[in-house]
Formats: sequence, structure tokens, C-alpha cells
Amino acid sequence: MAELTTTAQKKHLHEVFCKDVMSMPEGSKIKQCQQCGACSGSCPTGYLMDRGPREVIAAFRAGMIDEILKGNTIWMCTSCYSCTVRCPADIRITDLMYELKRLAIKYDLIPRDAKAPALTKYFIDSVQKHGRNHETEMLSKFMATKDWSLGPKFGVMGMKLFAAGRMPLTATDIKGKDEIRKLAEYVESKEVAVP
Amino acid sequence: MKYSYFPGCSSEATGKTYDMSAKAVCEKLGVELVEIDDWNCCGATSYFSARELLSFAISARNLAIAEQMGPEDVVCTCNSCWTILAKTNAYMAESPHLAEEVNDALAQIGKSYSGSLKVRHIAEVLINDIGVEAIAEKATRRLTGIKVAPYYGCQFTRPMGGDWDDFEFPKILDGLFEALGATVVPYVMRSKCCGGTMMLTAPEGALKMCHDLLQCAVDDQADAIVCACPLCEMSLEGYQPRVNSKFGTSFNIPVMYFTQLVGYALGCDPKDLGLDKQIVSVDKVLASVPA
Repeated sequence: MAELTTTAQKKHLHEVFCKDVMSMPEGSKIKQCQQCGACSGSCPTGYLMDRGPREVIAAFRAGMIDEILKGNTIWMCTSCYSCTVRCPADIRITDLMYELKRLAIKYDLIPRDAKAPALTKYFIDSVQKHGRNHETEMLSKFMATKDWSLGPKFGVMGMKLFAAGRMPLTATDIKGKDEIRKLAEYVESKEVAVP
Repeated sequence: MKYSYFPGCSSEATGKTYDMSAKAVCEKLGVELVEIDDWNCCGATSYFSARELLSFAISARNLAIAEQMGPEDVVCTCNSCWTILAKTNAYMAESPHLAEEVNDALAQIGKSYSGSLKVRHIAEVLINDIGVEAIAEKATRRLTGIKVAPYYGCQFTRPMGGDWDDFEFPKILDGLFEALGATVVPYVMRSKCCGGTMMLTAPEGALKMCHDLLQCAVDDQADAIVCACPLCEMSLEGYQPRVNSKFGTSFNIPVMYFTQLVGYALGCDPKDLGLDKQIVSVDKVLASVPA
């Protein structure tokens, strides 16, 4: 994990977040957060988070984006959208969590014990390769690099799924898989490089 | 009636029986599902967590192909696919700037999407287009005596389904199963999250979520849980042994896709519905259906 050490780096990241969020549909609603806490009270994984979504917005306003990204909050978000549909100010909080995840990945600011970013990577690798996610391939890569103990834990279930034809060993490649690669290359060419 | 069908990646793996049963139900009801040619992954939560424009672009590739095939509504089975494709559709309509960026990307592969399609969930399509009464009329088996816990999952209505069911307490499947003769239990956890891929990345959280969802069904004395999403189905069915070893419980409750049980009521062959491919046997539930 890289570290944000200087004030200038923190300020840069703060500004990138603001710019990205303001360009998202309804992104400017973040300004209307009144800190009511409906989001944190609704979050099914809030009890596992270093700070809930309400506190994330408060910390961001206090210029603490580095502290937010050091914590586990964003990697505990399952995208269930409870906060988003309950927010009285119509802030799309799930979208804010996605933006923070993207910044953490782009700037290599991932806490060492967070495993979700690796799964994200293997999922995307599989889709970029085949055009579709090959669940078995993604799972094997994740287990091999992040958690060997999942092997025995999933063993019996995996065998049952395999026997039922619900865990194929080979991937289906779509005809247009090059199109997926081209889309990724194009988007990458448009992105602002990390300074 | 004809629709463009987006099966989603799990239809080829863990969610295979959802795909099989959805097709079987549609065939019985005279609904034509035309698979979107050479569809790709919707992008799921992973692409949104890494690249925003790319996630919209790969999702929109499917909509671009569907739009070229015809004006029919796009139908998804998986809650997550439906959320992503419907979100792409809605955000492109809300933001001309985003629509332009996505179309600039699609132009690189000779495609474009004008935003003319509707993206819908199969549950909503069957209930609102075909109708509960029409489905019940075609049933050859009554589900009398079966207590069903309808588990909608978090992304069934959130955030995209608010115009046809409630964000917090969706109910449309309740009416369908009641019309088919089943008893629908309250199942107040119906729209809570199962944890999804958190089972791999933070299992302590996901196992607790699954435990609470299974316990709620047992407290309601449900005979089976019916799902509308492959992640939900996998979590609740596949992880029962792990929940049991962590919490000292003894859950062994059948979990099915709603289309599997509807298909059974419509008289489909259980094999065509993939009912023999479940991890927790559903035989006892099916045996209790009057012949």
C-alpha cells in the first residue's frame, strides 16, 4: 500500500474525488448531507466498518480522505443500496463508495488486510479475457493468492456444484472478446494519469 | 410476447438452474426469450469498483446489441445484472454527458446505443405483463400446504425498481405464490443483503447475514425459501453447512429460484427446472404438493 504523506498529495486526492463526484449523475447532492445518519443506521455491514457512511462524508469534509482510504469501510460495502434509497437528501451513497474504491485502486491505497480488491481484480481479469466472468477461474485465483483456507471450507460444496454441472471447468469465450479489450484500452487512453 | 434476454454469467455456472427454469416457465406461458447475441458480462459491482466509464461501456455494449436486434424490452434474471443494466440505461438517460462518453467508447467497436430500450426484471415481467391470474390459470399443480419464504434480495428493487415495487418491502412475488395455492410467510428479512461475494472477502460478515436470513425463514416455519437472484440463492443454499459449523445451528432448508417452484406448479418436468441439481434436496417439498 502506498502512503499519502504530503499535504499536497492529500489535497490532490480530495480534489480528484470532488471533480469525479460532481461529474456523476446527481453527484452534487453530496453537498446536501446533513449528517442525519440514516445511511449508517441502514447499513447491514456498518458494524464491521471502521467508520460508517455518515462518518465517511464527515471525514471527507474535514479533509481526511487519506484516513478514509486507510480504513476498511469501502471494502465492507456490499452495494445493497439501502443507504441510497433511504437518504433523505437523495445522495447516491453507494456511488460515492464506488468512487472511493476506484481512487483506492487507482492510487494504490488499499489496506493490506482488505481482500475485496483482489476479487475485483480477478473478476475483471476474467471478463477482459473471456468477455464473461468464469466463476471457477476467478475463485481459484482468489483462493491461491488470498485465502488458501477457503479450499477445504468450500470443498464439499464445490464438489456438489461440480457434480450438478453448476461449476464448469472451462470458460465460454464470447466472439466479441476483442471488443471488451478495445473498450478497456480506449477508456484507459482517456484517463488522467496518476501524478 | 417477445423479449430480449440477458442471461448473465452465473447462468453458465452456479445460477444454471435459474436460467433453465426461467426458460421453461416462459415456454409454458408463451413468452419468447431471444438471447442477446454474444452478450458480455454486465460488469457487476467489480467494474464499478475499478473503472467507472468502462463499467458503463461494457454494460452498454449489451444494450447496443439488443437495440440493434429489436425494440423489445431487455429482461434479466439476476438481480445484479438487472441493477447494472437498468442503472446504465437510467444514468445515460439522466446525463447526456455520460451518454456521449459511453457512445464515444462504443464507437471504437462500431456500436452505439440511443437509449430506446427498457430493462426489466423477469419477476416483474411475468407478473405485470402476463399476470398472476393468467399464470395461476395455467397451473396444473396446486402448491397447497407449502409454506414459502419469498427472499427478494437487496438489489431486487434497490435502487432501480421503485416504480413497480417497494424498496424496503417488495411484495409482488407474494401474490403470485398465493395465487398458486402456497402459503406465503411474512419473511421480514426479504430485502436484506445476503453478503454476496463478501462470503469470500469477509466471511465473518457474510456468514452472519446468511445465518440471520436462514433463521428468519425457520422462525416463520417456512418449508422453502424462494429467490430471485443467483448470488442470494448460492449464499443461502450453498453456505448452510458453513453457517451451521460457525453458529452451531442445523439448517437444512430447501432454497430454490422462484421460477423453479412456479415452473413446478405449471407442470414442467422437474429435470427441465434443474430441481435435481440443488445442493439441499427439494424432494420433501415437492412431495408435499398434492398430485
